[in-house]
Amino acid sequence: MRAAVVTFPGSNCDRDLVVAMEACFGRPVARVWHADSELPPVDLVGLPGGFSWGDYLRCGAIAARAPIMAAVRRHAQRGGYVLGICNGFQILTEAGLLPGALVRNAGLRFVCRPVRLLVANRNSAFTSAYGATPVTIPVAHHDGNYVIDPEGLARLEGEGRIAFRYLDNPNGSVADIAGVLDPRGRILGMMPHPERAVDPLLGSEDGKPLFASLLAAIGG
Amino acid sequence: MTRAITDELLARHKLSRAEYAEIERILGREPNLVELGIFSVMWSEHCSYKSSKIHLKKFPTTAPWVVCGPGENAGVVDIGDGLVAVFKMESHNHPSFIEPYQGAATGVGGILRDVFTMGARPVALLDALRFGDPRAPRMRHLVSGVVAGIGGYGNCVGVPTVGGECTFHPAYDGNILVNVMCVGIARADRVFYARAAGIGNPVVYIGAKTGRDGIHGATMASAEFSEADSSLRPTVQVGDPFTEKLLIEACLELMETGSIVAIQDMGAAGLTSSSFEMAARGGTGIELDLDAVPLREAGMTAYEIMLSESQERMLLVAAAGREEEAFRICRKWGLDAAVVGRVTDTGRMVIRHRGEVVADLPVAPVSGASPVYDRPTAPLPRPVPVVAEAIRAPLDPPQALLRLLGSPDLSSKRWIFEQYDWLVGADTILPPGLGAAVVRVHGTRKALALTTDCTPRYCAADPRTGGMQAVAEAWRNLVAVGARPLAITDCLNFGNPERPAIMAQLVAAIEGMAEACRALDFPVVSGNVSLYNETDGRAILPTPQVGGLGLIEDVAELVRPDAARAGDRLLLVGENTGWLGASLFLREILGREEGAPPPVDLAVERRNGRFVSDQMRAGRVRACQDLSDGGLAVALAELCLAAGTGARVDPAPSAEAETGWWFGEDQGRYLLAVPADQAAELVAAARAAGVLVREVGCLGGDALTLGRHPPISLDALQRARESWFAAWMDGTSGAEG
Repeated sequence: MRAAVVTFPGSNCDRDLVVAMEACFGRPVARVWHADSELPPVDLVGLPGGFSWGDYLRCGAIAARAPIMAAVRRHAQRGGYVLGICNGFQILTEAGLLPGALVRNAGLRFVCRPVRLLVANRNSAFTSAYGATPVTIPVAHHDGNYVIDPEGLARLEGEGRIAFRYLDNPNGSVADIAGVLDPRGRILGMMPHPERAVDPLLGSEDGKPLFASLLAAIGG
Repeated sequence: MTRAITDELLARHKLSRAEYAEIERILGREPNLVELGIFSVMWSEHCSYKSSKIHLKKFPTTAPWVVCGPGENAGVVDIGDGLVAVFKMESHNHPSFIEPYQGAATGVGGILRDVFTMGARPVALLDALRFGDPRAPRMRHLVSGVVAGIGGYGNCVGVPTVGGECTFHPAYDGNILVNVMCVGIARADRVFYARAAGIGNPVVYIGAKTGRDGIHGATMASAEFSEADSSLRPTVQVGDPFTEKLLIEACLELMETGSIVAIQDMGAAGLTSSSFEMAARGGTGIELDLDAVPLREAGMTAYEIMLSESQERMLLVAAAGREEEAFRICRKWGLDAAVVGRVTDTGRMVIRHRGEVVADLPVAPVSGASPVYDRPTAPLPRPVPVVAEAIRAPLDPPQALLRLLGSPDLSSKRWIFEQYDWLVGADTILPPGLGAAVVRVHGTRKALALTTDCTPRYCAADPRTGGMQAVAEAWRNLVAVGARPLAITDCLNFGNPERPAIMAQLVAAIEGMAEACRALDFPVVSGNVSLYNETDGRAILPTPQVGGLGLIEDVAELVRPDAARAGDRLLLVGENTGWLGASLFLREILGREEGAPPPVDLAVERRNGRFVSDQMRAGRVRACQDLSDGGLAVALAELCLAAGTGARVDPAPSAEAETGWWFGEDQGRYLLAVPADQAAELVAAARAAGVLVREVGCLGGDALTLGRHPPISLDALQRARESWFAAWMDGTSGAEG
């Protein structure tokens, strides 16, 4: 398992994601700068949460056009794994690597709280270590309301590409969608923060199976 | 450029004739307009503390663990293993009333800069908010704007907002309070101070461009409001948290290079105060070239450039020849950087613009010799104690408890804190809403316990006792989670100090705080004073806000407020005399704001706190709640709700004294949940230590039963506490007027 985490100007969960990955993977994680045009040789790229470019224009819109994203796209085309969390999910939809879009929460306010999630697809490289019981992972976002056209939604449902669903939808997402996969199951975008749920001191370890799944899929 | 200094010009600069005479004496001539502007901001109450300075000296500011006390950008305390905590609290009251979103947001931005300018990475924010009557016009707008502004800024910069307070009183109708505390962590050998040194060293400006916003913000914060003041809107600055985030990363990276001699944020009074303060602390002079300052708009005058309060700007002194390192790092983060001056040995600030010297002032008198006033005080009113036995409660204790939990002050602030990212950083161990916040020191086993406290209704009734109580409650809140209290920061919010009655409140509160700080080894290491919180002659309640910081050496020593279990015994530490004067019960249930506040016996406070800490270390305490607003009954409810279990509590000792027993607010008290097999040992230890402890009940079931009264289900307690705030904001509570 070789992993890297990208830092954009305004990323603020980059360190947290590196710490969680290193704890779960048991090896160092590379850090990559948004202005770089190449990734180091890695199996997994993490796009962290935060407010890249201050959420100006639209959340993730400017970061999706950063030089590093061309390299992330090539990495994905080669079959590499990509995990986008929160702002990272927004960047993936803005980059066209995942379908749909994330718009302002239905309640119009930022929301930070632990939420219960159903792991809707337990066969993916990101979720194979999860069981059937709901998990608790926190969200923290202002624009996490997932929208997609009916055909797109039908495709996601039909292809089993909804990875996580909210049990108490905090943001109005269509079909309670909290995380979606690309058609090959190599790219996951999710609004909840698994990197904040890997330490019993912080109240939940339900993020750990996500990283354990990746470790199992990619290998040590 | 010289012009006659008229009374009208002085009034606009909020300088008195006497102050002006002193300026002429210092200069030996008439100042020009730029110089007058500089004096007006440097000598404003906000920057010079001219009304409070002689009294602030009464605070104890030292302890073996204090690295740096008041006078720098923030206070610094040693937390061991080569690390220090850097923290301060500051007000942004006036701007938040005029424009709540930006006022609160820039308040967060300013206090963050005070902390990272010292080389610390900000790791936590707390907000102490005081609003007016929920039925007052604009109040929901103010609350939602302030909360969104704090969240909008703090969430974006990636610093968790982990705690604080929010209470309501009509005295804040025209002057809300927004006090923000920021805590950072630095390496002890990497603390930066704002002392300009090294003759010839370049003075470097980094961050956002300078615009015309916020000119005379510091003088605005130093004057009363009147109804006509909506014209002040242009003096509120606009924040850009994205730039702040870049500035944090760029400054911390720059500090790692060792190329920085001194650094100071441009806060109130912008370039003026940052340059003067750095030169004054270093005993040097500075030559500034305003043509080099990055400007947002063309045609700005020297006066405007010097007084602009544009946000997200820093001024630093680099080691000569190493300015290129600063430029490289700023380019990486996409920030403007420019050399705007040099350090000199003249002791003078010489400012050039468009080829002319536009100001030439001696640094020390402008910065250090601002007027100091020993303002007259009036005798304080003496509140009459309320006789608890004479209180006839219209509700039985369970109903009164539900009413109190659903009152604006005690209701859950979930509506607020869920708009803050309280988890970013992945180190928040105790979330908001339980008691003191607890944040792990990243990468270590240590944690910091953080709290903000003040009970303004006590301070109004008796400012000296109120000041003591604010410090004691902060100390108690830290003890209650297993922390060792280290130091406080403060924000002294009062009305117009030129009125002797207000000045008396300020002096008494400071003296009360100082006494408590001394008794509890809990020094003041930083702070801020906000005066003139009045509108049309009506002052706020005196609000000496305290921000406390404590250390938990190992997270295993943390005592979680939500850890109590069914079967645990409930033990009350401290004496219950049933003190109802100035209590929340009296105000919320009987509509009476009267009486003396509960006395604070600092020897008892210290003894009880030490005892609780010792018992925690001995492993006898599962969970702990300090007793404050609403007394024993509210503490019981909070402990039960946190643990998710009910409790059966013994009846009050006598029926006549029942109201005081449940709802009295005697100080120095804790409610402990203790495993059943430990209770006897704890009681014996208390007897040996001379501490009053009595067993009052036992946890279990799904209802709280107060003596022989009908049980209150946990659901009912929860509903009472959770319903008011959201309903009020949605306009469905009936309290929106």
